[in-house]
Amino acid sequence: MQVIEREELDRLIGLLAGDGYEVIGPTLRDDAIQYGPVRGIEDLPAGWTDEQDGGHYRLRRRDDRALFGYVVGPQSWKQYLFPPSQTIFRARRDADGLHMEPAPVQAPKRAFLGMRACELHALAIQDQVFTEGPYVDEPYERRRGSIFRVAVNCGQAGGTCFCVSMETGPRADRGFDLALTEILEGGRHYFTLEVGSDAGQAVADRLSASQAGEDEHRASMAATEAAAAQMGRQLDTQDLPALLMGNLEHPRWDEVADRCLSCANCTMVCPTCFCSSVHDSADLAGSEAVRERVWDSCFNQAFSYIAGGSIRSTPVSRYRQWMTHKLATWHEQFGTSGCVGCGRCITWCPVGIDITEEAAAIRATDQRRKRRDG
Amino acid sequence: MSGIAAKPKLAVWKFASCDGCQLSLLDCEDELLAVAGAVQIASFPEASSASVEGPYDLSLVEGSVTTPHDARRIREIRRQSRRLVTIGACATAGGIQALRNFADVDAFVSTVYASPEYIDTLATSTPIAEHVPVDFELRGCPISKSQLIEVITAFVHGRRPDVPTYSVCEECKRAGNLCVMVAHGTPCLGPVTHAGCGALCPAYNRGCYGCFGPKETPNAPALSERLAGLGMSDPELVRLYRTFNAHAEAFREASEAREHGDSPTEKKSP
Repeated sequence: MQVIEREELDRLIGLLAGDGYEVIGPTLRDDAIQYGPVRGIEDLPAGWTDEQDGGHYRLRRRDDRALFGYVVGPQSWKQYLFPPSQTIFRARRDADGLHMEPAPVQAPKRAFLGMRACELHALAIQDQVFTEGPYVDEPYERRRGSIFRVAVNCGQAGGTCFCVSMETGPRADRGFDLALTEILEGGRHYFTLEVGSDAGQAVADRLSASQAGEDEHRASMAATEAAAAQMGRQLDTQDLPALLMGNLEHPRWDEVADRCLSCANCTMVCPTCFCSSVHDSADLAGSEAVRERVWDSCFNQAFSYIAGGSIRSTPVSRYRQWMTHKLATWHEQFGTSGCVGCGRCITWCPVGIDITEEAAAIRATDQRRKRRDG
Repeated sequence: MSGIAAKPKLAVWKFASCDGCQLSLLDCEDELLAVAGAVQIASFPEASSASVEGPYDLSLVEGSVTTPHDARRIREIRRQSRRLVTIGACATAGGIQALRNFADVDAFVSTVYASPEYIDTLATSTPIAEHVPVDFELRGCPISKSQLIEVITAFVHGRRPDVPTYSVCEECKRAGNLCVMVAHGTPCLGPVTHAGCGALCPAYNRGCYGCFGPKETPNAPALSERLAGLGMSDPELVRLYRTFNAHAEAFREASEAREHGDSPTEKKSP
């Protein structure tokens, strides 16, 4: 573990830009902390924090000038690697026949500054989905191969955070190139720096850094321990897949469906949700066509449309599909949970439906036990 | 000229409306020549006084039915049309003029007109689909130009239009807009409203007005409950749902639930 002073972060951003990376990080936009281009530390939301709860997000002033004193915002890094819409190919028909032109893949060099531990885990999950099966998503793989990851460990938790329950944070343990922990104490503002890859080492070597002393090391660990103790939510994952799959007819699903708007916000903001659909369109003359892939959601009727209609025609079946996939069948499919505990689905649900509360409600009235006892 | 005869005949009809949706077709500029190349515009009084007799392969119908004469006219148009597509909030949901459905039309007429005896109007403004079978309903106030082109293209190519019925929220999130309801507490109909506008209002930090009407499987009661929690009164909720799509079933029921003071919120309080 090393130490860099606050101003050295500015140099880090400059070094990455000099290496050809577009640096993307947290910025203030429309009264929220959202990812966007960062040219230096003056673009970071110094002195701001966020207040989050079910269906509620507000910016608040901090009483210090911390640069990373907040948690995750409305959108995840997913938007850069798995964009909301992408053109797959264009086709043209003329006298010689049909000509297919694959769309060029844009894979710019980007440095993601301020990735939280939960987001690194989400990235690992999407890597697995898109690149580790028999069919590799090449555009994703190319974009993914062009990024540099600067993690920032959380020094505080948000109102909807539950990474401790999901064992995905708050301290980044792997999957980064560099990891920073922000410390403000006794008038001093610095970062501890950890290196997670050769690429990270090559950048760290050019920074003016010192070896962390015992106090600095302790302060760094204490920051994430404090965050771990403040989780706004928790989710009991003990036997969770079996619990949910054993309660598919639980009355709680009907209750949550009464509140669910099936608006799909939860799936759009989720950093692991990966569903898309493919749309073809042609011009009026039938001579030009384009195939596009856009984010889709299991909350849409058309998503489960097969011959004859939608097999998940009711909101109850759609909410149940989403939650059981995220927390239960994801394990069968990919060997991990599909949830990293970032809390976005809770904060950005317009009516504040809380996945941790729903799971707890089912656990509290487990119908399997009732059947056994009954 | 034999090529023209083979082209499908398109007709555009106006009922009670502001003309904005049919003007969307003229507003297609870049695509207008392609449209004229793909179909024969047989009747479109807004564009040309020249008119070709029916029957028509595709009729685009704008506006709602508000008079006994129009109620008869739409049946004749249906009879003359192989495919009939309604365009816009008036034709698909009765439009803003469907506010009369919640009021006394005779009172309006006697207040507004010096000689009410000349006014021959129905007590309601209703969508075309309440009068004749409709092959496809294109939503919006006004409709989206690109969706209109998609509907015409789909018709020309003999396939179903690819017009998503999910929420405005999805367009909002794909565009990278911040949620105005969650982050600002701004009342927004986006979660119950049909996509199509590209999330225009939230992109400018305004809540959705519901111009495209209810989405598929809308849950307006749950949204009302939340909006009430954000501080909206029942009269404000009634007004929120009663704009361009006031007569659309989900919005109509949501407004009526708040109008008569039998909202779930009020039931709970003693």
